[in-house]
Amino acid sequence: MAASDDNVIRVRELTVAFGRHVVLDRLDLEVKRGEILGFVGASGAGKSVLMRTIIGLVPKVSGHIEVFGVDLDQADDAARRVIERRWGVLFQHGALFSSLSVRQNIQFPIRENLDLSQTLMDEITVAKLAMVGLKPEVADRFPSELSGGMIKRVALARALALDPEIVFLDEPTSGLDPIGAGAFDELVRTLQRTLGLTVFMVTHDLDSLHTACDRIAVLGDGKVIAVGGMDVMLASEHPWVRAYFRGKRARVMTGEPALEQG
Amino acid sequence: MDGAPTLERLAGQDGPALRAAGAWTAQHAGAIERLVRDAERRARKEAAVEIDVSHIARLDTFGAWLIERLRRALTRENNAPRLTGLAEDYRGLVEAVRNAGNDAEPRQKEPGAIVLMLAAIGHAMSEVADTLIQLANMTGAIILAGLRIAVRPQTFRFTSLIHHMEQVGWRAVPIMVLITFLIGCIIAQQGIFHFRKFGADVYVVDMVGVLVLREIGVLIVAIMVAGRSGSAYTAELGSMKMREEIDALRTMGFDPVEVLIVPRVLALIIAMPILAFIGSMAALYGGGLVAWLYGGLQPDIFLSRLREAISLDHFKVGMIKAPFMAAVIGVIACLEGFNVRGSAESLGSHTTSSVVKSIFFVIVLDGVFAIFFASIGM
Ligand SMILES: Nc1ncnc2c1ncn2[C@@H]1O[C@H](COP(=O)(O)OP(=O)(O)O)[C@@H](O)[C@H]1O
Ligand SMILES: [Mg+2]
Repeated sequence: MAASDDNVIRVRELTVAFGRHVVLDRLDLEVKRGEILGFVGASGAGKSVLMRTIIGLVPKVSGHIEVFGVDLDQADDAARRVIERRWGVLFQHGALFSSLSVRQNIQFPIRENLDLSQTLMDEITVAKLAMVGLKPEVADRFPSELSGGMIKRVALARALALDPEIVFLDEPTSGLDPIGAGAFDELVRTLQRTLGLTVFMVTHDLDSLHTACDRIAVLGDGKVIAVGGMDVMLASEHPWVRAYFRGKRARVMTGEPALEQG
Repeated sequence: MDGAPTLERLAGQDGPALRAAGAWTAQHAGAIERLVRDAERRARKEAAVEIDVSHIARLDTFGAWLIERLRRALTRENNAPRLTGLAEDYRGLVEAVRNAGNDAEPRQKEPGAIVLMLAAIGHAMSEVADTLIQLANMTGAIILAGLRIAVRPQTFRFTSLIHHMEQVGWRAVPIMVLITFLIGCIIAQQGIFHFRKFGADVYVVDMVGVLVLREIGVLIVAIMVAGRSGSAYTAELGSMKMREEIDALRTMGFDPVEVLIVPRVLALIIAMPILAFIGSMAALYGGGLVAWLYGGLQPDIFLSRLREAISLDHFKVGMIKAPFMAAVIGVIACLEGFNVRGSAESLGSHTTSSVVKSIFFVIVLDGVFAIFFASIGM
């Protein structure tokens, strides 16, 4: 956990298209070590696509993606595998394996990558579950027996199974009640501090942006149209950013008086 | 870059101490676990009173947990060993892991092989009973829904019925014709081959006629329908169940049995006799063709012999069985679909069991019909 503030993810001139539909257009983005970057944008703007492109699930048209200073195009399979082990991903709907129990879900990446005794894996599973705020009893349940919030937590535990340095979270609090969402933000924040994580979090939740994120990046028209702290967002004159951060909903949350009461 | 993990024994200020060094991370977790296990074993004789972690280069959850485990193993009468030299960065992690392990309980021991076997037999038996009860239940629900529809015919899903009839009837025709045709050919060929030894070639016509019309035609079609359409019903309903679509229907005030199951089962009941008829004809055609080309039996002789050999009863027996078999297949397929629970695996296993159970019950039903028709002299 070096104190250096180098960029763990550097995206340059990234273009991604599906057929003729250009989703990301020469996009630049940097994620600093140890920060929580909140990533916002209209629904369908391409947030998930950017995340999936960085982790290599969506092919890009052009541009460069560097993770831990390694250009992923240049890396051979072995180098890629090493890097993939250093990140964890929480998909939008959890993507837990429905035929495996919670325990097996969490142990799945451990079993594939490390050669550990079953005892140690079980102990680690309990520790991971506790870290995401779940009781050990949950370990023997199946995903279909979990609530939405629990699925997100188990998915986070699985993403953290190998103690990654970066975690990608795709709308982790969507579908949770405000209290559950708040608790999840708190959890991400705590874990980020204890594990020294770098967090890339796609979110729609203004609350999350306020409480959990160090920096915010806004995606619009296939580009990052604003990046910085909440003060930068509030000062931005881009219409979408204005509407988002200074709209009625936002004012209610920040406690500023709304222009039109009613 | 951080060096392999080590755990040395030293003489500390006030008793034996352990010094951890190197990278205590996931990558090395296997090796660290061996170190810790050794230390735990040695601790039974003489427990260290201090764990020095100042030389640890890197620590993650795996390493932190193993240090915590070591600490617990070294604890004597609430006297935990001191943890010294912990870097500020890692304090939160070590505390998180310490709290985490507190409510950990040992996993229950797996029961022995004999107990497991007995349990499996017990489960299988109670499953058979369950299946029968559920079948009766579902049949009742379908009959009730049918009665409700009879009272208010305008609620019947006619479009759905037509759609399913196309799926399970019309689209199944080519494969049914092909398979029954081939079966007819094979029966005729075998018959001719063996009957020829007794000079009884011509009785092949009797055999093909009776066998195809009474048994094989409808049975082959039923098995094909179970594999082709029954499995599709289970998969469709199962994935609807998984995505809560069936619950959604229910909350909108629809009866899922009425909306989803009645049209499907009815479509099968209508389509199966038609398929069985077409299949029987194809099998007879195949039998006739082989009798002519392989057995040298002229088509007109085949036909006149067929007319003598079989009565309308044989044809009726086959046709009467078809809708009942269709109902059994439909009910089992829909029942299995409704029994799917959340996981993808559950969908797969219910689809399999839908096919297996329907074929089983079709054959049982065939046996029951054989006894019935024999006793009424058909
Ligand atoms: N596999 C795909 N094939 C074609 N188009 C896609 C695919 N995935 C995403 N898109 C399109 O890319 C755009 C961005 O999607 P997405 O990243 O999921 O949005 P969001 O910002 O809400 O996460 C959408 O217009 C979507 O239709
Ligand atoms: Mg998305």
